[in-house]
Amino acid sequence: MSTEYNGYVTEERIEGADDGPLADWTVAVKDNISTKGVRTTCGSDMLADYVPPYDATVVERLTEAGATIPGKTNMDEFGMGTTTETSAFGATENPAAPGHVPGGSSGGSAAVVAAGDADAALGTDTGGSVRCPAAFCGVVGIKPTYGLVSRYGLVAYANSLEQIGPIAPTVEEAAELLEVIAGPDERDATTRDAREALRASDERAGDAREQENGADYEFADAADGDVDGMSIGVPTGLVEGADEEVVETFWDALNELESQGASYHEVDLPSVEHAVEAYYVIAMSEASSNLARFDGVRYGQSGGFEGDWNESFARSREDGFGAEVKRRILLGTYALSAGYQDKYYKKAQDARAWVKQDFDEALSEADVLASPTMPVPPMELGESLDDPLQMYLADANTTPVNLANLPAITVPAGETGDDLPVGLQFVGPAFGEREIIRAGSALA
Amino acid sequence: MSDDAVDPDDVRHVADLSRVDLDDEEVERFAAQFGDILSYFETLDEVPETDREADLTNVMRPDEVRDSLDREEALRNAPETEEGYFKGPKVS
Repeated sequence: MSTEYNGYVTEERIEGADDGPLADWTVAVKDNISTKGVRTTCGSDMLADYVPPYDATVVERLTEAGATIPGKTNMDEFGMGTTTETSAFGATENPAAPGHVPGGSSGGSAAVVAAGDADAALGTDTGGSVRCPAAFCGVVGIKPTYGLVSRYGLVAYANSLEQIGPIAPTVEEAAELLEVIAGPDERDATTRDAREALRASDERAGDAREQENGADYEFADAADGDVDGMSIGVPTGLVEGADEEVVETFWDALNELESQGASYHEVDLPSVEHAVEAYYVIAMSEASSNLARFDGVRYGQSGGFEGDWNESFARSREDGFGAEVKRRILLGTYALSAGYQDKYYKKAQDARAWVKQDFDEALSEADVLASPTMPVPPMELGESLDDPLQMYLADANTTPVNLANLPAITVPAGETGDDLPVGLQFVGPAFGEREIIRAGSALA
Repeated sequence: MSDDAVDPDDVRHVADLSRVDLDDEEVERFAAQFGDILSYFETLDEVPETDREADLTNVMRPDEVRDSLDREEALRNAPETEEGYFKGPKVS
């Protein structure tokens, strides 16, 4: 197995059942998803030796479906990053564009798929962390509707935003993997049985396909490449600010869809201008609370027992966390502190509601929305770490989807003149997975 | 503290609230970065007040006894344990 691009944190095989829909598959798993008996580090020194005593629900479902897990993939520490350069286990390189970042935070997952070292992989998407690396590595990634996939066993970063999603070479394979992991879980009260909602979504899209009561999700069947009659909305605000070559590649792909019978129209989403700041305020606030559990007593690196609880706790967190994690915990604590809660957190929640309304409106007049997945091509390794604000702005096109809890897919749309992959994102209505899969399958 | 300038004492105060020790170099760097990031977050002032009444669903399940981790598994990742308990620093 090739590891020269540092895609895995831990290479340890977990064998799946003898047969099942994924019997011949290897599916790598991001290192913030718990695997019983196999260490799960979240890319952090804090959890360098942490070995979960139980499996995440998605891991159970993978192995029951016959998949073999070849290892745990590298990631930005605790999922906080856009480049997979902040892992305590070193940066991952982009196998599809050597010398460049693979995107983040599921960069290891996208890289092992792009390199052909795993058939598919699971990532997690809090503000774009499945779609960004899939786009940068020239593969397919799906961020499911919030509540479609169980988060039980995912080490939490920002609960109200994050979903586990598949990364694969083709839309059909990503859809097959999604079928296996989707579905309600009694251990995650935010999951729901979405089959009824999926049928309603099909009806809205005029899809006459009969769904039997209690049938499976049948996402892979939707990867039929048939976009004849599909209506695509293009949020101009997500296209205008992007890199010139990215924009060019995006329009070429849309013209290709038009030649296959789809139509597109421009839509205005005024709220998306504020999505990035709302996303970061909410994500950092939730992170400041979630990461309070790492105290070096029950698990995590111990600061030793000199001084009282607070001093020991603070010392273990100084040693165990990297700079980006500390930055977000501090900013989140600040945004939630007395006197600033109304100014930042409450306003961010208003922005979140506004983004939801805007998307619902646009999707009442279109089957899917399309934009470039990332406004820029993959950065060079080491190029962008020094300026966190610039890094946050790279998430402009992906974060609105998490705020609105909607599903989105990224598919390869082409390459820049320097052979750097460009991804195109389709966003669907809640539980409109089949629509975005259909749209994406016309391109990849 | 929010009007552009974030000084090192502000950073130390928040770090103290978050229980994260920082060295002096980190304090200086974060003070400079937080000014930029927080003033960017202030553009949220332009967001109109939005109705956000979500439909709430009761997701509570019946309270019933289930299997759980046994003590040995629950303690397995603790840096220090004693007689079946987590061992931690003194509280004050």
